[in-house]
Amino acid sequence: MSEKTVAELENLILEIEHQIEDLQSAPTNGRLDKSTEIQHLKERRDSLQMKLCSKLTPYDIVKIARHPLRPLSADYVNMMLTDFIELHGDKRFGDDKAMICGLGRIGKERVLFIGQQKGKSTKERIACNFGMPNPEGYRKALQKMKLAEKFHLPIVTLIDTPGANPDIGAEERGQAQAIAENIYEMCRLKTPIINIVIGEGGSGGALGIGIGDKFAILEYAYYSVISPEGCAAILWKNAENAPISAKSLKLTAKDLLNFGVVDEIISEPLGAAHKNPKTMADILKAQISKYLAEFKNISIDDLLANRYARYRKIGKYLET
Amino acid sequence: MVFFRKKRNMPDGLWVRCDGCSSMLFKKTVEDGMFVCPECNYHFRIFSRDRVKILVDENSFEEMWPNMVPCDPLNFKDRVTYPERVTEEQQKSGLKEAVIVGKAKINGSEVMIGITDPSFIMGSMGSVVGEKIARVTEKAMELRLPLILVSGSGGGARMQEGVFSLMQMAKTSAAIARFQGAGGLYISILTDPSLGGVMASFASLADITIAEPKALIGFAGPRVIQETIRRALPKGFQTAEFLLEHGFVDMIVNRQDMKKELSRLIAYLQ
Repeated sequence: MSEKTVAELENLILEIEHQIEDLQSAPTNGRLDKSTEIQHLKERRDSLQMKLCSKLTPYDIVKIARHPLRPLSADYVNMMLTDFIELHGDKRFGDDKAMICGLGRIGKERVLFIGQQKGKSTKERIACNFGMPNPEGYRKALQKMKLAEKFHLPIVTLIDTPGANPDIGAEERGQAQAIAENIYEMCRLKTPIINIVIGEGGSGGALGIGIGDKFAILEYAYYSVISPEGCAAILWKNAENAPISAKSLKLTAKDLLNFGVVDEIISEPLGAAHKNPKTMADILKAQISKYLAEFKNISIDDLLANRYARYRKIGKYLET
Repeated sequence: MVFFRKKRNMPDGLWVRCDGCSSMLFKKTVEDGMFVCPECNYHFRIFSRDRVKILVDENSFEEMWPNMVPCDPLNFKDRVTYPERVTEEQQKSGLKEAVIVGKAKINGSEVMIGITDPSFIMGSMGSVVGEKIARVTEKAMELRLPLILVSGSGGGARMQEGVFSLMQMAKTSAAIARFQGAGGLYISILTDPSLGGVMASFASLADITIAEPKALIGFAGPRVIQETIRRALPKGFQTAEFLLEHGFVDMIVNRQDMKKELSRLIAYLQ
């Protein structure tokens, strides 16, 4: 039997899922034991799913991270937070919809939530600029983070951006300066910060809300200095070489854990987050709760010293 | 890349064409004029070693950590392997890496200084650049000296070192935040080109930001922006003058006046 490709496996899984649905909606007539049949199909689907996950290339993972059904920041707000109060605007220029900010509770804990938002429908995607924040988005996040510092709320940031917006307006309003200032301020913000990459961790645009005390990444998310397409266009002179550059860039969760850049990989439900968003949100919520509990036993001075050390030690070089 | 270097079609390298106004200039005149075109004030891109000569007192520069070289944590290979590229760039530029740092004097007053060099892998920031910038910043804090960082980086964060390069943005910014928190004076000088991860980290975080005339400065490279918006970019977009107009630099200073202006600023602020 020849090895099946990722696409063939995906099709097979879809086919089985349709069969399960058909069986479930079919009227029971007692002649056939439906539940045994469904159980059997589910087992087959799960084993194929596992096989598929083991075959994924780095570029397949990038595609999963960008999957149109993958849960987004706004979904996690709905599934993970209670009593959410959204806070808009950077009090300087505008309200960037690619950056959701607000107060909410995770279990009993109060947090400031920051999440990059891509949007689901076409209309939403355009409003959110496909998850590419403008300078006002970074300034909005910083303005709310200072609020959290003043009132001693821990900060949770969910990272999901292809990158910061590269256009004329963004340059006019100081995209580089806005991101730099966020990195700088987050390095010394006197409150605990949790950063989690939930989808795309696109370079400086991700780092602009990505400095903190705990850094985790979802199993099929990625984090990279440049998009695989951008890297391929520059180094291979052709964006179609993105699968090769994705492999070269070592941008998967496993790579980042190996490098010691992230603290942990957060497992996704079988077949990735979009197959079961509710379970994904429960897992993520549990992880954040665990981190929030850990912060209770550490002083702000220690927290800031550890935060400095975390970034200070990253780098590989030789001194002769 | 528009470098000031001998061109093959110019016998004996006596003449050089200005990239600003296309005038043919006597090379010696340009060199004596700090690599600035006497006709149109075009500032040629220069090597970090030449920058040292222009900016600080003669023989005052003491280079620190000169023997730091990059590793290849990703086993990166495009058309050539990363170690091959590094060797090639080292031979071409005569530099070990894209930054030199050290202690120097400006009109007698001591400073810590770092200069990125666009002739080495586009002046991009990998682990070595990040580490040396962080060290020179920490040294400035320890010795209570002003910090001057000259950026000339078209590459931003270096792709070949992947996420390690990205994290240098965090490392350098964290070091500068500490230094400034302790009352240190940091002056950033933006030269042609200053883009990407360098601009979105240490280069944008100074107490005083100075740009050289007409330098290309921004976050996204102009080609990326043009491909995204699919129309021509406005004239003068992302130049030093554009940044001044939009409020992101304190002043534009001609290369010939840079040392004098640094001295005046230090006298006020240190």
